[in-house]
Amino acid sequence: MIDGRANGGRANGGRANGGHMTEGRVAEDPASIPLPAALAEIAVDFLAMSARDRLTLLLDFSDELPELPERYVGHAELLERVDECQSPLFLVVEVERDATVHRFFQAPPEAPTTRGFAGILREGLDGLTVGEVLAVPDDAPYRFGLGEAVSPLRLRGMVAMLGRIKRQVRSKST
Amino acid sequence: MAVSTDHNSKFADYAHPERLVSTEWLAGHLNVGAVGNRDLVVLESDEDVLLYDTGHIPGAVKVDWHLDLNDAVTRDYVDGERFAQVLGERGIDRDTTVVIYGDKSNWWAAYALWVFTLFGHEDVRLLDGGRAKWVAEGRELTRDVPAQTAVGYPVVERNDSPIRAFKDDVLAHIGQPMVDVRSPGEFSGELLHMPDYPQEGAMRGGHIPGARSVPWARAAAEDGTFKGRAELEAIYLTEQELTPTDDIVAYCRIGERSSHTWFVLTHLLGFDSVRNYDGSWTEWGNAVRVPIEVGAK
Repeated sequence: MIDGRANGGRANGGRANGGHMTEGRVAEDPASIPLPAALAEIAVDFLAMSARDRLTLLLDFSDELPELPERYVGHAELLERVDECQSPLFLVVEVERDATVHRFFQAPPEAPTTRGFAGILREGLDGLTVGEVLAVPDDAPYRFGLGEAVSPLRLRGMVAMLGRIKRQVRSKST
Repeated sequence: MAVSTDHNSKFADYAHPERLVSTEWLAGHLNVGAVGNRDLVVLESDEDVLLYDTGHIPGAVKVDWHLDLNDAVTRDYVDGERFAQVLGERGIDRDTTVVIYGDKSNWWAAYALWVFTLFGHEDVRLLDGGRAKWVAEGRELTRDVPAQTAVGYPVVERNDSPIRAFKDDVLAHIGQPMVDVRSPGEFSGELLHMPDYPQEGAMRGGHIPGARSVPWARAAAEDGTFKGRAELEAIYLTEQELTPTDDIVAYCRIGERSSHTWFVLTHLLGFDSVRNYDGSWTEWGNAVRVPIEVGAK
């Protein structure tokens, strides 16, 4: 089996150096609220690639989506189902005392696109505080150039994921 | 036909046995290196655009129902020029035998096959049982994308009318046999999408007046293969009292599940005149002043 990331995935996608370009890229659109740094870095990586390589990177995110922590395994009642995804996705948000947010996702291997979306949000929102998560613009899913790679229709699932994460953050931080 | 048919005894009962191949047949052709040349091309067509990339049948090429077969602007299929490009890039010429397989009991594979038929591609077949059966049998998968040599596919104009129905055709068809292949909840008007899918896409629920509810999945066995001819006849001929000479319209939500039923009626049972209404419920349930029936019957 040949690993898909060999042609243009994260391993040689130049992500490590992407961070400092972030502000310039986002600022090109004055109407946009900026993405948090990690998410902006992911966006830069995607936008630097051809549509085909974006799919490869999305597959990397899918492959690398971690399993649910032990405490949630077998506890479907603790997870929120994201109905807007074509394939079933479940998520749960934890808010620590210092307001740091953690997100956990579960989606089957037969749903790699959904898993990839979840992987982007997991990594891109990593370690953010409540305020920072709530400040993420709702149109963030459209800023990765994925519309042409997977079709805008399919991006609705990611918009819904972000919306539900923010809603859980709001309710768990008050 | 560029490649011999699969002389599987189950298929022999169907009206058009040449439209199906078994996983054994395909594995045999793979073993002798007969896949990926101009004679035989294998395509994967899935709901999830990345599923192919997670691992696919060796030598298979991806075709995406949305990005490759639908027009990017108009709600319609691609035109002859774009279709020629999509097929040519995949090493398919007009005489190539194309075998399509996919996820979800071959919905999207049947949908792709139906679109190929709009363009009159003659030899296009489904892998019985689709991706799930291949995986369940522990057969080989790879992430290796085959290097495809582009060939020239002719620009052919689509011929929609024999197998595709538009809204006005359906309005004129009311009173004649129509098959609604969605789930019972969608048929009755309780749900606007399949159970477990987002409830979006239509302003009204219900079904087209006079349509019979025959969920697509009734034609599929548990392993995703098609049921045998006798079982299919019991459903569509005996129970639903359809006859092979009837003029029939099938629909679902966007035309993918009804492609599966279109395949069953046309190729497995040999019905003469079945049209797929691809506008389906996302058009009918949003259209102004079209008649709608609600309830289970």
